[in-house]
Amino acid sequence: MPSSKIRIIVLSDKREALQMAGMVASVGAVSGHDVLVFVSMNALRYFRKDAAERAPAEGPMGRLMEEKKVMPFQDLFAHAVDLGGAKIHPCSMAVDVLGLQPGDLVAYMGEPMGLTQFLDEADDAQVWSF
Amino acid sequence: MAERKVIDARGSFCPGPLMELIAGIKMVGVGDEIEVLSSDKGSAGEIPQWLKKVGHEHLGTSEQDGIWHITVRRSK
Repeated sequence: MPSSKIRIIVLSDKREALQMAGMVASVGAVSGHDVLVFVSMNALRYFRKDAAERAPAEGPMGRLMEEKKVMPFQDLFAHAVDLGGAKIHPCSMAVDVLGLQPGDLVAYMGEPMGLTQFLDEADDAQVWSF
Repeated sequence: MAERKVIDARGSFCPGPLMELIAGIKMVGVGDEIEVLSSDKGSAGEIPQWLKKVGHEHLGTSEQDGIWHITVRRSK
C-alpha cells in the first residue's frame, strides 16, 4: 500500500548529500512509499564493490559525521532495499562511461536504467535530487 | 504471553534507531513488545511518527539520563 512515489536522483560525491539521499530513501521506503533511486555522475563510484575511497565531507557537518561514526550512507541505501523494498538503479550512461561490468556494483543495485525509463518512473512522483 | 525485546540503539544517530526497530519488528510476533533505547533525541520524535504512519502501537516514551526508552507493540 505505497502512499506515494518518491524518486531520488543521486549525483553528488559529497558525504552530506549522499547521507541525506540515503536518509530520504530509507525512511521513505520503510514508511510505505514506493522508492526508486537513480545513481549517476560522481556518486556512482561509491557504489562499486571495490570502492576504497570514502566520500569526502563538503563542510563541518560531514567531518563531524565522520568523527561521530554516523551510519555510512551505503548502509542506509541497503536498509532502503532490505527493509523497505526500495529499488536502486545505476544510470546506464554512467555505467558505460566508467566501463563497469555486471557485478562491479554493490549487490543491492539493480540493472542499469536509462533516462527515458527514469523519467517515465518519475511521472506523478515526488522527485528529490542530491 | 507477549514477549518484550530490547533493542539497544544507543550511540546511533537518526535514522539508525528507527532502522534497528524496523529490523527488530520483523523478528517478533504480532502483539509482542519492543523497547528501543536511544541516545538520539531526534529518533525519540521520529519513531512515534513512524509508528502512527504504519500502524503499530506506541506504548510510551520516557527519558532517563539522556537515554530515551521508546516502547512499541507490533500490531500487525
